[in-house]
Amino acid sequence: MAEIALKVRDLAVHFDTRVGTVRAVDGVDFDLFVGEKLGLVGESGSGKTTLALAIMRMIKSPGRVDKGSILLGDLDLLSMTNTEMRELRSSEISMVPQGAMNALNPVRKVGAQIIDGLMDHGRGGDKESMKSAVQDLLEQVDLDGEISDRYPHQLSGGMQQRVTIAMAISLGPKVIIADEPTSALDVVVQRNVMDTFERVQAATGTSVILVGHDMGLMAQFNDRIAVMYAGRIVEIAPVEEIFARPQHPYSKLLVSSLPHTRNKEVMKGIPGLPPSLVETINGCPFNPRCPYVMDKCLTQKPPQKETENNTKFACHLPIGSLS
Amino acid sequence: MNVFRYLPTDNLRLSIGLLLILGLVAFWVLGGIFIDLDDANPISGAPSQAPSMKYWLGTDAQGRQMLPLMVAGVPITLRIGLIAGGLGVIAGTTLGFTAGYFRGWIDTVIRSASDVVLTIPALAVLVVVASTLSSGGLSANSMALIVALLSWMWPTRTIRAQVLSMRERSFVDMARLSGMGNYEIIVRELLPNLFPYLVASFVAAVAAAILAAIGLEALGLGPQNDPTLGMTIYWSMFYGAVLSGWWWWYAPPIVVLVWIFVALYMTSSGLDSWANPKLRRT
Amino acid sequence: MSLLLEAQNISKVFSSGGFGQQQKTVAVDRVTLNLSSDTGSIIALAGESGSGKTTLGRILLGLETPTEGKLLYKGKDLTKLGNQERKTFRREVQAIFQDPFSVYNPFYKIDHIFNVAIGKYNLASSKEEARHMVEEAIRAVGLRPEETLGRYPHQLSGGQRQRIIVARVFLLKPKVIIADEPVSMVDASLRATILEALRELHKTDNMSILYITHDLNTAYQVADNIMIMYRGNIVEAGDVEKVINHPEHPYTKLLVNSIPTPDPTKKWTNLSTLSTPPFRGTAIGQGMCKFVDRCSVAVEQCKTSDLPFYLTSDTRRTRCLLYEESSPVPVDAVLDY
Repeated sequence: MAEIALKVRDLAVHFDTRVGTVRAVDGVDFDLFVGEKLGLVGESGSGKTTLALAIMRMIKSPGRVDKGSILLGDLDLLSMTNTEMRELRSSEISMVPQGAMNALNPVRKVGAQIIDGLMDHGRGGDKESMKSAVQDLLEQVDLDGEISDRYPHQLSGGMQQRVTIAMAISLGPKVIIADEPTSALDVVVQRNVMDTFERVQAATGTSVILVGHDMGLMAQFNDRIAVMYAGRIVEIAPVEEIFARPQHPYSKLLVSSLPHTRNKEVMKGIPGLPPSLVETINGCPFNPRCPYVMDKCLTQKPPQKETENNTKFACHLPIGSLS
Repeated sequence: MNVFRYLPTDNLRLSIGLLLILGLVAFWVLGGIFIDLDDANPISGAPSQAPSMKYWLGTDAQGRQMLPLMVAGVPITLRIGLIAGGLGVIAGTTLGFTAGYFRGWIDTVIRSASDVVLTIPALAVLVVVASTLSSGGLSANSMALIVALLSWMWPTRTIRAQVLSMRERSFVDMARLSGMGNYEIIVRELLPNLFPYLVASFVAAVAAAILAAIGLEALGLGPQNDPTLGMTIYWSMFYGAVLSGWWWWYAPPIVVLVWIFVALYMTSSGLDSWANPKLRRT
Repeated sequence: MSLLLEAQNISKVFSSGGFGQQQKTVAVDRVTLNLSSDTGSIIALAGESGSGKTTLGRILLGLETPTEGKLLYKGKDLTKLGNQERKTFRREVQAIFQDPFSVYNPFYKIDHIFNVAIGKYNLASSKEEARHMVEEAIRAVGLRPEETLGRYPHQLSGGQRQRIIVARVFLLKPKVIIADEPVSMVDASLRATILEALRELHKTDNMSILYITHDLNTAYQVADNIMIMYRGNIVEAGDVEKVINHPEHPYTKLLVNSIPTPDPTKKWTNLSTLSTPPFRGTAIGQGMCKFVDRCSVAVEQCKTSDLPFYLTSDTRRTRCLLYEESSPVPVDAVLDY
């Protein structure tokens, strides 16, 4: 049994708005193993970014964690005080944000920002050792050491994103959450940055949760993939299984709607719209759009099932019905 | 239209501001009905009387009764502000749109002109202009025109900035692809979007104009025969009201002016929220 | 085959900065291409950000003026068109833009985009006829008029808004559609639906579509032909299946290889196996192959000569010295679609 780095059980995040309570995350369970790369896939409104923020305990009002538990090793993240959480953030669990431009301070040199992070968490030292620590980190992300004297706007998009990766690994966290880190980058730069990220992850053994919606990227980077829909994880499986033998109808539609550069065919989308997260959902949230819908899908919550290949999914269909 | 939903229900500052303005208008209208405005003229009452049952706010050294004086003064001061502010915003809108939409040399000319004139201390210029022209005595309307001369720059700049960013938005391209010409785009597509912003600018311009007018009047450069609030303050200083202890002469105009400015500021700030959704506090 | 739009040696240079510090960016560098009506093909214009593809699209739409070169509409210079001809041009060359939100004026309901066009182009003789046309267009893209008409843009989802833009194009029945990243800001599950709607439009009304994108996967699915653009130049052009499955130009190869394939059994090749470009760090300017600083097979001549296209097959041209055995074709030779 592989060691578990992060254990999430029955997590719910609700937003109190004027139109009602929005259940952005509606009962999520999963384990993140040590050294694993887990992809969190879903479309807009699926709850994936909210889930990522909840794990970092960065949900702000009017959102709140309604129930559940998040265990980082032995630490219960939901019961930590704000001070304790601030200590943990970046040192045990850190984030690579979506737009590096927004995460980097435009008026401070890049090296200084990395040092700031180190010193904030008590890893300071004399000038020399700090400088060489920064050089080390920059080299790890394939950047030239002299970058540390530049300002963020003097770097290209790919370089900026690498800097945020360097900052994320600087304190040696156990878990890194990367929220669509390359969505603002061109495809060639994206490949280079993800390549760097992969090597860094392999070298440090950190667990990574990669949040996104690009299935191609997910396939290339991750070991396992969790598919989210309407605030729930509908399927979580090893990456080969998700693409070859998806068990949940939504995963299957998602995979089959991807354009391939192999044969030109009529492109199929998934008709319909995701459900409103304000109303209570009876049964399975996918039932209005599911091509395999049955009567009990409208009233009974789908049970968790597991295949022999380690795919876990929540559906009323028996295992293997979609192959 | 969708934007109107956001008015007073969610916007505390706007509600307060509009309420205060309403109070002002009520003061003016009801006052006009119940109070004889001739009493605002000199020698309508005994001079320098403290507030009493006969003279509710007392009288000044020339026998004007203070309460009628306030009721008569409010509309004049407001009128100066509205004319000057209105002219300033109309000029600013025209110049701002022209500069921001068409760019090129016309933009450079307008922008440079407004930047240069902005650096000139407005009050100093106004004092020079007013004192040159007021040798025969200024009317309230002339005052408004003089103040209007220097109230177009700020609206020009801010509206130009709004237009600059708005013209880049795809719906302008879409309108062009639907066959609209430049002027039609400005009027049908851009102007309605800027409407809340223009209203907010207008209110701010009115406040600034009133302030400039008060400044001129307090220096004695205002209309000599009109009982504006600023002139009242001027006369009170001229006749040494502070030293003589005639607080009822200078206090009422000050209170009314503070009321006006708070009302205008609140309204303008509330309108800013309406115009710029990012400032909304929901 | 009648020529509708002819771009002749079009260049666009942007200069920024104030007095004395002018910086020139060459966004589009001598592109010549023709779009004809009645052959109606879907051409993909692919490239990354900074390639100039959006600028080229805007020039073809008449929203930007080229710094050099001419744009001809039905044989006449665009700048010399009379008012009536210009109006016809505007109607016949339409666009679908990337951002499904900013294409709508937030002040008006979505009906506005239909009504303005109907009004300005006199497409309907009565209000009922106009309403009928609009409803038909909305149904044609798979939406319901009761759920969309009369609403404000922020009341609809991104996918719905983009489909309504497609509906508008359906209503106008242009000869050419310039679609600039029409689905990149739309959810994955909806992309196929919108692209399929575009394809239907093209099939039934035979309009030419210029599909501008950075996503080679959708380009492959949608287009017949493809042009690859890099830093203002078209570097390769040809049949879409051939270009993507057998790329010739080193940049095309890099692009195709960088796409993450949604197949975990086919991983990206390890980047460290690629050799370093010999001319890394060279300043890029005119009179050279613009890819020289990133190309691993570049030679000295790539840095010093302005390359022509090489016709590697009837329908394929590539601007790379690797193919100099093929017959050269000058850069301003027409790309006909």
